[in-house]
Amino acid sequence: MSLSRLLPAGVFVVIVVFLAIGLTRDPSVIPTEMIDREIPSFELPELREDEVMLTTSDLIGETALVNVFGSWCVACLQEHPTLMELSQAGTVRIVGVNWRDKRDDALTWLAKHGDPYSDIIFDAESDLVIEMGVTGAPETFIIDPAGRIRYKQIGPITPDVWRETIRPVLDAIAREQETNL
Amino acid sequence: MLPEIGQIMLILALLISALQGWMGLQGAHQNDRRAMAFADRAAILQALLCIGAFALLAHAFMISDFSVKLVTTNSHTSKPMIYKFSGTWGNHEGSMLLWVMVMALFGAAMVWFGKTLPSGLRARAIAIQGLTATGFLAFLIFTSNPFERLSPIPDNGSGLNPLLQDPGLALHPPFLYLGYVGFSVAFSFAVAALIEGRVDAMWARWVRPWVLLAWSFLTIGIVLGSVWAYYERGWGGWWFWGPVEYVSFMPWLAGTALLHSTLVAQARGSFIRWTLLLAITTFSLSLVGTFIVRSGVLTSVHAFAVDPDRGVFILGLLILSTGGALALYALRSGKIAHGANFELESREAGLVLNNVLLVISTATVFLGTFYPLVIDAMTGDKITVGPPYFEMTFGPIMAVLIVFMAVAPLIKWRSDSWRRIKKTLLIMALMAIPLTIAVAVFGNTVFGAIGVGLAIWLFAGTAANYARKLRLGEAKSTLSNLPKRFFLLPGATHGFALAHFGLAVCTIGVVAMGIWADEEVDRLKLGESISVAGYEFTLEDVVRAQGPNFISESGQVVIRRNGREVATLNPEQRMYPVERNNTTEGAMEIGALRILYAAKGEGNPEDGWVVSVYYHPLVIWIWIGAMMMAVGGFVSVADRRHAFAKRRAPVQTPQAVAAE
Repeated sequence: MSLSRLLPAGVFVVIVVFLAIGLTRDPSVIPTEMIDREIPSFELPELREDEVMLTTSDLIGETALVNVFGSWCVACLQEHPTLMELSQAGTVRIVGVNWRDKRDDALTWLAKHGDPYSDIIFDAESDLVIEMGVTGAPETFIIDPAGRIRYKQIGPITPDVWRETIRPVLDAIAREQETNL
Repeated sequence: MLPEIGQIMLILALLISALQGWMGLQGAHQNDRRAMAFADRAAILQALLCIGAFALLAHAFMISDFSVKLVTTNSHTSKPMIYKFSGTWGNHEGSMLLWVMVMALFGAAMVWFGKTLPSGLRARAIAIQGLTATGFLAFLIFTSNPFERLSPIPDNGSGLNPLLQDPGLALHPPFLYLGYVGFSVAFSFAVAALIEGRVDAMWARWVRPWVLLAWSFLTIGIVLGSVWAYYERGWGGWWFWGPVEYVSFMPWLAGTALLHSTLVAQARGSFIRWTLLLAITTFSLSLVGTFIVRSGVLTSVHAFAVDPDRGVFILGLLILSTGGALALYALRSGKIAHGANFELESREAGLVLNNVLLVISTATVFLGTFYPLVIDAMTGDKITVGPPYFEMTFGPIMAVLIVFMAVAPLIKWRSDSWRRIKKTLLIMALMAIPLTIAVAVFGNTVFGAIGVGLAIWLFAGTAANYARKLRLGEAKSTLSNLPKRFFLLPGATHGFALAHFGLAVCTIGVVAMGIWADEEVDRLKLGESISVAGYEFTLEDVVRAQGPNFISESGQVVIRRNGREVATLNPEQRMYPVERNNTTEGAMEIGALRILYAAKGEGNPEDGWVVSVYYHPLVIWIWIGAMMMAVGGFVSVADRRHAFAKRRAPVQTPQAVAAE
């Protein structure tokens, strides 16, 4: 049997092996080594005021949702109303990470749909995003006051996700803080 | 009771499809006509059962039967009837039922239209179609049961994502599936041919119409998806490089290659093995697409159901079908003869180039899709390949493809010389080059100029070929016999011209949108205005109103150009109280040369409302061009040289056998 006839089957076997490995890695699970670790150090400009630099210390001291978004991201629109509601109610601090975006596009997008963020880290080159192991947008990290990652939500925060997943984590962090005092 | 009947129908369809496979293969092997006739009837019965099951699920959605879990999670009584109906396939389980139904319909169509085929090949192809359907029916029943009941029965459903309540999205999946699943017919024929170990030009003639049909449906599906994305997202994104786009684009590219290689196989008997391989690849890419979307291997907006069990199941299906087919290819393709030889200056060589470029572009998309997965598997790093990768790699490949696709159809089969077509090429260049320079100088853009130049070049090349086929300019040709000459041409020629003109039109649209699109955003109080590309948009009024299941706030935006009124737009913002979700419904004024688009965001009379306005030149050319390609495909199907168009019954029909 000539090699050329076996080649397609050979290529297919390689593809299947990778697909099978891919299946064992749930992209929605944060790598275990990331949980309870401090968020990676960074120094990146603020989206709305480019002369202001944001660093790791800006994320310490208060529980925050760190939300990765982009004007190109369709699913981000889906969660946007929920984020707007949370920020209007002042429930939790929301920090944005504007990812792989152009500044103008991002500002247009925020002007159009509303801006729920207290600070926005402008990460056009994926510097922070790669360090944090982000696979796509939207993705949201819950950071406790010590600056440790406590949870990662892949995909949009719908009202259900908020009620059933995010809220309980925030409550747990709040209880910890009380017992520590 | 009705949902249980639907459930039983699905289980029966599963059993029958397995029998269809077994009897078809056995019948062909032992030349047992009764077994083969049984497989035929099984294919039709399977289709009827799947239609029945689908109708029952649609019924449950339309009467809002909340005892069915799927209806509860995906529907709501306050939804308009049409979206209750389209909600049937707006979710994972329902869409898989649609998939299975389409697959069974194609199986029945093979029985119906395949009467002129040799009985062995036909029975084997129908058997393979049945076995593939068995796999998907099992997937549906065991991992994604659409008829699962719910107890206690809730008062109302939890609605449907308002983003998905849209006519474009209601139609998008059915067309996409007609495309994906349509390629299963080519796959079944390829596997059947490998089992037989015998393929000839006739084989290509039988397969080609199915490929054309599937390809045209897939094209329409992609266009609908693009149109939907455009007006729903509202900022001019007519295409976005994301997993769902890769998923539909890979089979489209491979299918385009298949379409052209069957052309050679049919006309010259060459490329047969390659065509078999492409047929297997194209359908496999549809399966891989399903795997990506349904398994959650790559997360995306559309990932209806992120469930590793389903991923394992689909991977199993992929291994059985593609793995089986490729193993068969390794074992049997040696028997299949090489076709006739050809020279470098020939249409075959042009089509080889077409295939090579299309396969490279498919591989490019494939790599971009799976590279993150490979990196994750090898190093554990999570990375993402973004649009820049695709823009950088894809554009140049397409440019080269267009350069040659304008020329190749002008060249004769087997052997030709450049000298013969030199004059035509010169005229084409004389049309394309001045325009390219004009665009470069006046438009001040090199990429735009190259893009427009390529489109003109393609247009001129296609026109030259079409004119020659129509014998324009020949001594005996007069205007009065033009209609006759037009209708004497085979459907494939009209289809070719339409599709290639379509790509030229599409290219111009893509280039214009890439280079000249413009937008502006500002906070406007009543009476204030913003300008973009010479158009002045004035916000004149804002009104609140109550919709069927939403509250809307719409603005009245008047557009003027040089002081003359062009149009009035009413962009809306909708709040859906049940889903607690807002959507922005932009409004647009559609012209042949541009779309003017306005969207209104939040605001109040004191501070004004956020208004964004867009100028999108030639954007509908993208969709018109793509639709021309799809129509070209349908016109080609009707070519009288296809076995498809022949309805004359041969001597050995299955009916005749059954009547014995």
